[in-house]
Amino acid sequence: MKIVREVLSPLIAVIAAFVVGGLIIAILGDNPFEAFGLLLSNSFGSVRDIGWTLHLATPLIFTGLAVAVAFRCGLLNIGAEGQLYVAAFATAWVGIKFGGTVVDIFGKKEDWSWASLPGWLLVPLCVLTAVAAGALWGAIPGILKAKFGSHEVINTIMLNFIAIALVGYFTQYFYKIPGDALMQTAPIGAAAAIPRLNEFLPFIPADVPLNVSFILAILMCMAVYVYLWKTKWGYELRAVGQNPDAAEYGGISSKKQIVVAMTVSGGLAGMVAISEVLGVRHNYYHEFSGEVGFLGIAVALLGRNHPFGVFIGALFFAVLQRGEIFVDAFTRYVSKDLGWVLQAIIILFVACLQMYSRSTRTKGKV
Amino acid sequence: MSEIFTFALIFSALRLSTPLIFAALGGLFSERSGVINIALEGLMLMGAFTAAVMTYELNNPFLGLLCGVIAGGALAFVYAVATIKFEADQVVAGMAINFLMFGLPALISGSVYDSTGSTPQLLISQQLPSLGKLLHLENVPILPSVNFATFLVLVLVPIIYYVLYKTPFGLRLRAVGENPAAADAAGVNVIKLRYTAVVISGLLAAAGGAYLSIGQSSLFTRNMTAGRGFIALAALILAKWRPVPVLLACLFFGFTEALTNAIQGAPWAKMPSGEDIPIQFIQMIPYVLTIIVLAGFIGLSRAPKALGIPYRKES
Repeated sequence: MKIVREVLSPLIAVIAAFVVGGLIIAILGDNPFEAFGLLLSNSFGSVRDIGWTLHLATPLIFTGLAVAVAFRCGLLNIGAEGQLYVAAFATAWVGIKFGGTVVDIFGKKEDWSWASLPGWLLVPLCVLTAVAAGALWGAIPGILKAKFGSHEVINTIMLNFIAIALVGYFTQYFYKIPGDALMQTAPIGAAAAIPRLNEFLPFIPADVPLNVSFILAILMCMAVYVYLWKTKWGYELRAVGQNPDAAEYGGISSKKQIVVAMTVSGGLAGMVAISEVLGVRHNYYHEFSGEVGFLGIAVALLGRNHPFGVFIGALFFAVLQRGEIFVDAFTRYVSKDLGWVLQAIIILFVACLQMYSRSTRTKGKV
Repeated sequence: MSEIFTFALIFSALRLSTPLIFAALGGLFSERSGVINIALEGLMLMGAFTAAVMTYELNNPFLGLLCGVIAGGALAFVYAVATIKFEADQVVAGMAINFLMFGLPALISGSVYDSTGSTPQLLISQQLPSLGKLLHLENVPILPSVNFATFLVLVLVPIIYYVLYKTPFGLRLRAVGENPAAADAAGVNVIKLRYTAVVISGLLAAAGGAYLSIGQSSLFTRNMTAGRGFIALAALILAKWRPVPVLLACLFFGFTEALTNAIQGAPWAKMPSGEDIPIQFIQMIPYVLTIIVLAGFIGLSRAPKALGIPYRKES
C-alpha cells in the first residue's frame, strides 16, 4: 500500500506534464503524439539509444542525489550547477598540472604541467579533487545558513553566478590555449581519462560515451541509501530535516547537520566532473552543463528524495534530454526548451501533491 | 575618480533600480501576507516577455505594459493556487514557476518569431518613453532622463506605504502575515487576502520585468532578468519588509550596478599590472554583495511570523 502511494503521485505529475506539454505543442502547431513518439523511440530504439540514455542519466543521478541529500535535511540546494562547474574546472586543472599536458601555441610547444603522474595515481587524484571542490562550494551556503541564518536558496543561486564568472575568468585568462576560439581549457593528460564501457562490453557501439562513471553513479545510489538509513549520521541528518527543534532536544546539532548536508550534497554534485571531464570531454568546457544542476531538483522530487527513486527519475529526464534533440530537429515549431516547461510542470505538480511532507523543511527567511 | 560620480551615474542608478523596486514591492505584498515569493524572477520574466510581444504586436508600449502586468498577475494566480489551495512548499513551487519561465518564452518565441529565444527588436518610438518625451517637455532638465516606469514606481512607494499602514486592507494584510488564526477569528478571510496579495505581487513584479524589455532595452532576450528577482528578494529582506526601506535598498543595489558599469572601462580602474579589470569580477559584484547583505542583516531582521506556513482553518 505504501509503495503504491509512493509511486502514484510522481506518476500523476508525469502524466500531467505530458498533458499540459502536449497542449502547448498543439497550440504551437505541431502534433503532440508525433513529438512524444520521437521522444521515446529515440531513447530506447536500439542499444546505441539506450547507451546514450544511460550516459545522459549519469550526471543527473549525481545531481539528483545531491539535491535529495540536502532535501532530507530540509534544505533546497539550487547550487548544484555552480558546485559542478567549480568541481569540473578544478578537476581539469589537476588533470593539466599533474597529467603532463603539453600545449601547442602557434606551433611552439609549451609544458603547462608540474608533473606527469601515472594513471593509477592521477585518476584517483582527479576524482578526489572533483568531490572536494564540489563539497567546498556546497559547504559555503551551508555555513552561511548555520552561522547567519541566511537562506540557502538565495545564496546557492548567487554562488551559481559567482562560480560561472570565477571559472570563466580562470579559463579565459590562464588555461585556454591562446588562439582557441572556444571557451575551454587545454586538454587534461591522457592518463587521466577513465575508460568507456564499450572497452569491457563490446556490444555497446564505440561512439557511445557511456563510461565507468555510470557504475560509480549506481554505487553512489547505494552508498547514499546506506548513509541516510543505515548509519547514525544519516539518522541525525534526517532528524534535523524532519524537525530541527526536536532534533536539538535530542542532542543533535542542527547547525552541524546543515553544514554536513550541504557539504555532502556539493560533493555529490561535484561527481558530475568525473563523468564529464574525465569520461567525455577531457578538458573543462565553459558552461558545458546547461541545466544538469537544476534538473537535479526535478529528478530528486520525482524520485521522492530516495536514492532508488533518484535513479528512476534520472532515467526519465535522460529520456527527455535525449528525445529533446530529435523533437527540436524533426518538429517544425517545438524547440528543446520544451524540456524546461515539462520539468517545471512536473515540479509544480509534485509539490502540489505533497511529494515530500511540508514539515520537513527547516524554517528559513526568504 | 570624481568624474564618474556625476548626474549620469545617479540617473543610471535610478534606471537600474526601477525593475528591482517594482519586484521588491511585489514581494512585499506577498510576504507580508505570509507567502514566500521566490517566484519573483519568473514573474518578472513573464512581464518582460508578454510586454515585449504585445508592444511589438500592438505597437503601443502602454498597452504592452498593461498586458505584461496582467500576464504576471495570471501567473501569480497559478502560484497562489499551488501554494495556498494545495499547500505546496512555497520555495519549491516558486522555483517551478521560475523554471517554467526559463523555457516557455523561448519555446513560444521560437515558434512564433522563429528565433532562438528573443522577440523582435522594437523601434525607439515603441519603447516606454521618458517623462520628457511623454509630456513634450524635452527641454526641461531631468524629465528626459526619467523613464515613465521609473516615475510610476516612485509614485507607487508612498501609495503602497499608505495602503499598508493606513488602510483596513493593509492592517488585515499585516495581521494575516503575523497571526492568521487571530485575523481569522477577527473575521478576516485569510485565504482570500493571501490570494489578493500574491496576485498583486505578480502584477508589480511583471511591471518591473516589462520595464526591462520595453523600457531599458528594446526586446526580450532569454532569461534577461539575470537574477534580479532574487536580488529584489534580498533587498526586501535588507529592508525588513517595509516599503520605504525597500526603495532605499533597491536604490543601493541599483547604484552598485551603475557603479560597476561605470568602472568597466574607466581609465583609472586598472589592475596593478595595468590591465583592465576582468569583466567577470565586475559581473560578480552584485551577487557577492547580495550574499554579504543577507549574512549581515538577516540576524537583525524579523520576517512576518507566519511566512511560509500554509493556513488551514480549524474545523
